Amino acid sequence: MATQTPTQAVLDKTAQSKPRRLWLDTVHEWLTTVDHKKIGQMYIGYALVFLLVAGLEALLMRIQLAIPNNTFVSPQVFNRLFTMHGTTMVFFVGMPILFGFGNYLIPLMIGARDMAFPRLNAFSFWISAFGGILLYFSYLGGDGLYGAGSAPDVGWFAYAPLTARVFSPGHSTDYWTLSLLLSGIGTIGTALNIVATTICMRCPGMKLNKMPLLVWLYLVTSLMVFVAVSPLTAAQIMLLLDRYLGSHFFDTQAGGSALLWMHFFWIFGHPEVYILVLPAFGFASEIIPVFSRKAIFGYPAMVAATIGIGFISLSVWAHHMFTVGLGAWGNTFFTFATMIISVPTGIKIFNWLATLWGGRIHLVVPMLFAVGFLFQFLIAGLTGIMLSAAPFDWQLGNSYFVVAHFHYVLVGAILFMIFAASYYWYPKMTGRMMSEKLGKWHFWLFLIGFHLTFDFMHIPGILGMPRRIYTYEADRGWMILNMIVSSGAVFQTIGSLIFVYNLIRSYFNGEIAGPDPWDAWTLEWTTTSPPPVYNFATTPSVESRRPLWDLKHPEDPDSSYE
Amino acid sequence: MSATSPIYISASQGWSSLAALFQQAPSSAPTSIFSPAGTPAHSAFTLSMLVLSITLAIFLVVAGLLLYVLLRYRHRSSAMLSVQEPAQIYGSNQIELSWTVIPALIAVVLFLATARVIFSTESAPKPVNALDVTVIGHQFWWEYRYPKLGVVTANELHVPVSGPSGAGQSIPTYLTMSSADTDHSFWVPRLAGKTDLIPNKVNTMWIDPQAPGLYLGQCAQYCGTQHAKMLLRVYADTPAEFAAWIARQQKPAAEDQTAAEGRAVFQHNACINCHTVAGTVATGRFGPDLTHVASRDTIASGAVPNTAANIRAFVNNPAYFKPGALMPPMHLNDHDLDAVTTYLTTLK
Repeated sequence: MATQTPTQAVLDKTAQSKPRRLWLDTVHEWLTTVDHKKIGQMYIGYALVFLLVAGLEALLMRIQLAIPNNTFVSPQVFNRLFTMHGTTMVFFVGMPILFGFGNYLIPLMIGARDMAFPRLNAFSFWISAFGGILLYFSYLGGDGLYGAGSAPDVGWFAYAPLTARVFSPGHSTDYWTLSLLLSGIGTIGTALNIVATTICMRCPGMKLNKMPLLVWLYLVTSLMVFVAVSPLTAAQIMLLLDRYLGSHFFDTQAGGSALLWMHFFWIFGHPEVYILVLPAFGFASEIIPVFSRKAIFGYPAMVAATIGIGFISLSVWAHHMFTVGLGAWGNTFFTFATMIISVPTGIKIFNWLATLWGGRIHLVVPMLFAVGFLFQFLIAGLTGIMLSAAPFDWQLGNSYFVVAHFHYVLVGAILFMIFAASYYWYPKMTGRMMSEKLGKWHFWLFLIGFHLTFDFMHIPGILGMPRRIYTYEADRGWMILNMIVSSGAVFQTIGSLIFVYNLIRSYFNGEIAGPDPWDAWTLEWTTTSPPPVYNFATTPSVESRRPLWDLKHPEDPDSSYE
Repeated sequence: MSATSPIYISASQGWSSLAALFQQAPSSAPTSIFSPAGTPAHSAFTLSMLVLSITLAIFLVVAGLLLYVLLRYRHRSSAMLSVQEPAQIYGSNQIELSWTVIPALIAVVLFLATARVIFSTESAPKPVNALDVTVIGHQFWWEYRYPKLGVVTANELHVPVSGPSGAGQSIPTYLTMSSADTDHSFWVPRLAGKTDLIPNKVNTMWIDPQAPGLYLGQCAQYCGTQHAKMLLRVYADTPAEFAAWIARQQKPAAEDQTAAEGRAVFQHNACINCHTVAGTVATGRFGPDLTHVASRDTIASGAVPNTAANIRAFVNNPAYFKPGALMPPMHLNDHDLDAVTTYLTTLK
């Protein structure tokens, strides 16, 4: 093995100076920045704000549903709450937080100085941010001329013809449409940037098969964004044409098709779930090896499984439509496609398990969340198999069982990995460690709350409770279960607040982290924490998937095995 | 009220203990999918037991391994840097092949079992004696039309109880479904899985309740403000009861002389624009048919019991029980309100 540029050489020893500046300069710098690290952090901060807002919406809904025939909120307000909660969590929490981490980490992990198109990067962030603000401005502007509306209340998948002007007067649906249209543009811009960066800007020696798995997962996610977000954007434009220019794509009163909207929405909506979960898989594939002290098991199979998921996920959308009358053959095809996607997903779980096997497992906070992720993602996958069996889905579809299932994916898997990633990369972003003690409080409270809420939420679905109802009959036997579900929300709220407090407190008082606090192996840990604007003083060059392992174990480098 | 057909009992024997959790008396869980009372619900239930047992087995194996690994390989010292790193293993083609092939085989088995149930439910040949009912979803109530029997009613569906499927005495009811406005979904968990009612599209499903009684459900597709109180009631009547019910519903509206004043108020107000009372000037189609409204157990799509006080309150202000209901408050004075209430209670 010949090391032309030892990784040590790229460790930047320049002292970081902290000049005193006016706060206006700081604001100006953040507003005009094209630095991928700052944009990444803005994405994350922006998503965290919306996480709290949409979490509060969920809390209000759980108060309303704790007992039958409750009058805590009116049906109109409740319908707005679930619409805003779903839309916000998917488009203004999930997407930006994952793109935030991607933005921050990808150039650092591939040894680049920035994203391929820094100004496109800033544009994408600001247009997405504007979309989120527009969505919430609807609370003020949605009334329109008719005094009807306020915030959107058509549900996050906004089935036609409920969105037609005759059923949704005022402008609330327009705010929903426009905010998704704008955030979609930002999403495509960032995806384009990630693909270009990954393909063109890797440092010397980093062939595609030497990239960290996280980068691979972001590459596949971004390619899926192109295929998935375009139909959504098209459908939003068609909806606007229907509402204002007299076209009849979805206008069933004039011969339009409600089914057409469902196809358009779910050909976006199902890949979207994988778009959100693949980055979470990426975090798991970085964090689990480091805290098991072992290389990832079966790197080529992990990449192949990712690409497999990417392709198969484009052919499963109509499993959201088993009850709309697709016919027996249609339902059979989508049952098959949905069941078969469990194979590559299973490979991933088994490979993480094999990575843990024989390792030396350090259960620090990021790893605790990753372990929670493994268990919960397993259960989410298994309830997914139940829902893929169409006749079972005829019963469970649109019930609280489905709500429990997808929250197991979105919270139990994705949000848990977002927490893990926050604890893991926070030292890199700020130079300080997050408090381990507060982190453990956060983990255990959130874990208890999560299981109280989402384990018990499956059962009302089995007992016949449909989703999106603002209240329910007292004689159905759903009350105690709903009480338990609502009580879990309280634990999750407290856990989340501890997390936010930990983020702020550690920024000022956290232990100094140093460049490589976790004794990790990927390139972002070679530079200072936080990294300088230019990331690396000299371009690094790598010989294996774990350049820092090679550096730390010159007698037994990875490059001799890969 | 558990399975009546021996086939289903044998298929779910191994699961009786788990299922017992959900198969409580229907009075405590009247809408449980695990206490099926009709063939489509039974086949979904049987399939769900197979799927649950396979997924439970997978869960036990994988979660057990995960737990074992965590306990066995947990590092107890807090020091991050250990002197000796564990052996680095980069993968194994044989092992990875096995956990690709085995799950794929399981998926194929599950798929075949599922496909069978899909076809047996969706492609079941329609018996000649089947009853036809047209179901039309409205914001936020159900319209039922019996085209061959000349009956139109709302919110409370009456069907004959059916013998076990294939035994010769089965009288399934075939529902032809569409919507007058937004999307709805017909879900009576103990009878069958849900089928959506979509405007501009006709869907069909069938139900065959195996025992007489009332089966509850509700709209399962968000359809607007008052989606939550778009409740479903299906009455499975014995053949004699059903024949008597049909005969009563086929008659024109009762002309009770004590309610002549209320009838006049009804016919001189906007009521007739939206409601039909067969045999009178009231021929509106926008709201529920009221020809025999007094024969129903509930009003407002199952929201409240059918009592004079509730009718009065609903006519005065529909939002009192159902905020978001499309019927406007009628602004009648107390005298007229009482008269109309009396009239409606005579429409047996």
